[in-house]
Amino acid sequence: MGEKIKLEIRNMTKLYKNNDGVRNINLKVKEGELITLLGPSGCGKTTILRTIGGFLKCDSGSILIDRKPIEHLPPEKRPTSIVFQNYNLWPHMTVYENMAFGLKLRKIPKAERHRQIMEMLDLVKMTGMEKKYPNQMSGGQQQRIAIARSLLLKPEVLLLDEPFSALDAKIRSQMREELRKFQIDLNITVVFVTHDQEEAMALSDRIVVMNKGTFEQIGTPADVYNNPVNKYVAGFIGDMNFIELADKTIAVRPENVLIHRGTRGGIKGKIRATMVLGHYSEVTVDTKHGIIKAFVSCENSNIFHPGESVSLSFTKFHEYDKKDLAS
Amino acid sequence: MKFLNPKRWYYTLGREKLFELLILAVFLLFFYVPLLHLFMLAFANKYQVPAVIPQEFGLKWWKYVFEQKSLVSSISLSFIIAFITTLLSMIICLPAAFVLARFNFRGRKLIMLSFLIGNAFPRIGLYTSIGIVYYKFNLMGTFIGVLLIHMLGSMMLMIWLSVSAFRSVPREQEDAARDAGAGPIRTFFNITLPIAWPGIAVAAMFTFIASLGENQGTLLVGLPKYRTMPVEMYGVILDYPATAGAVFALILIIPNLILLLLMRKYVGPETLARGYKMN
Repeated sequence: MGEKIKLEIRNMTKLYKNNDGVRNINLKVKEGELITLLGPSGCGKTTILRTIGGFLKCDSGSILIDRKPIEHLPPEKRPTSIVFQNYNLWPHMTVYENMAFGLKLRKIPKAERHRQIMEMLDLVKMTGMEKKYPNQMSGGQQQRIAIARSLLLKPEVLLLDEPFSALDAKIRSQMREELRKFQIDLNITVVFVTHDQEEAMALSDRIVVMNKGTFEQIGTPADVYNNPVNKYVAGFIGDMNFIELADKTIAVRPENVLIHRGTRGGIKGKIRATMVLGHYSEVTVDTKHGIIKAFVSCENSNIFHPGESVSLSFTKFHEYDKKDLAS
Repeated sequence: MKFLNPKRWYYTLGREKLFELLILAVFLLFFYVPLLHLFMLAFANKYQVPAVIPQEFGLKWWKYVFEQKSLVSSISLSFIIAFITTLLSMIICLPAAFVLARFNFRGRKLIMLSFLIGNAFPRIGLYTSIGIVYYKFNLMGTFIGVLLIHMLGSMMLMIWLSVSAFRSVPREQEDAARDAGAGPIRTFFNITLPIAWPGIAVAAMFTFIASLGENQGTLLVGLPKYRTMPVEMYGVILDYPATAGAVFALILIIPNLILLLLMRKYVGPETLARGYKMN
């Protein structure tokens, strides 16, 4: 990842008729960086992606790639390429024809076209599939071809709109890994949209956490996880316990909750249930602040029984002012 | 005789199934027996009324029909008109259907509904008023006049089915083509049209069939110069023996049957139902 800014969004606003949309978006993406727009559905992340791709016109502000404004260009003139969630491949064309379409428009000679397509099929491990039609392939295979088709066009910025959310969990994580590998190997700048925080954490160089058309926090996955700037981000990323006090909210991750058998901890409670979740266990404790969740290692989980009186202390927590929360 | 015992049938199938089977049988009888009868007559050399099966089979009446110059020319005219009607109807209706499918403007539904008007009244009334206009513009007895009448009848299906065909093309597939560097026109011809093609082909097929069968309008507007097959049919029914009529009727049915067989994959209740949906 270089220091050069590849994509810049300046003060962009795009509102729909019902006043949904995004307001005053500012974002800089470095060359070779994978940045994720993360948020619940309807937060405007796809809107941003589609304005970069040229499928939506922004109301104000500008979008620059390599410092050149592109917001006035139609999609076919932009140096971007987008991969959608579904139905991305053209069903009446074979895999080969799908991949050749954009290259033909770029007037690349036939022999060179063939070489590039074969090379790309090899890269995405789909050699031998060139004569198949999209509907003859599984969802994962189709999406792989769709990404390959976009990569072939050597876009300055690759846009991915929830590309893996239609796939099942196992293939999803495999595709994630592969995408990350191409992206680093080919040094491509990627804007990735997802509502899946786990996916965002696993893939990204930086995450943009969005809410209702604005950015809440921009940072590395570790940053966003360890230092959420407000209650919204804290709640959206990872598991979090919230303890409401009169003037503030305390947020604690379950792995930062310690359970004591005596009354050493500050908060008293009763064990509610323990659940084994593989290499760790989830213990829920009833307290006067509500149910608090704690992760403990499996060996320790056996020593707590439902109904037992315990106390809790926190190794790390965040405090958010109540006044802030209104915003 | 065990196989024919109704009691066994009753207990094997259950009461409901048996009734369904009976209703189906009656329906098939009503639907197919006349067709079969027609088929049989067409291949009869000699047939006198009280008999069920013709006295003599052969191709005599086929030869006879193909020897009548006026009948043969009406066959080719019918096909020429049907072909041109389908082509023109597609040229006019497809762009309109695309706009209606892709853009949501005010009055869209009203426009969609307006295509129904031509089919909502008794045709003969419509033709009479068209006749007045035709006399004004000197279209009476002209080829263009006949074509216009045929296109009018096909408008509704052509538009409605094509709209639903275009609507079934996911917008994202067009977006992906734009993204790959194709302009709007190239996108339409390389992506949208081929993907929508099966639905459009069904619409074209119905247009073709409807045009082959159109008679009232052609009779009023086209005579005496333009006599298509169905128009000739009036004369055939009155003047020729029933066996010749049967041959002629089969010639009318065969192309439709072939078209339907070719398109059977795409023609189904769903295609039509989707066409009639307004949204």
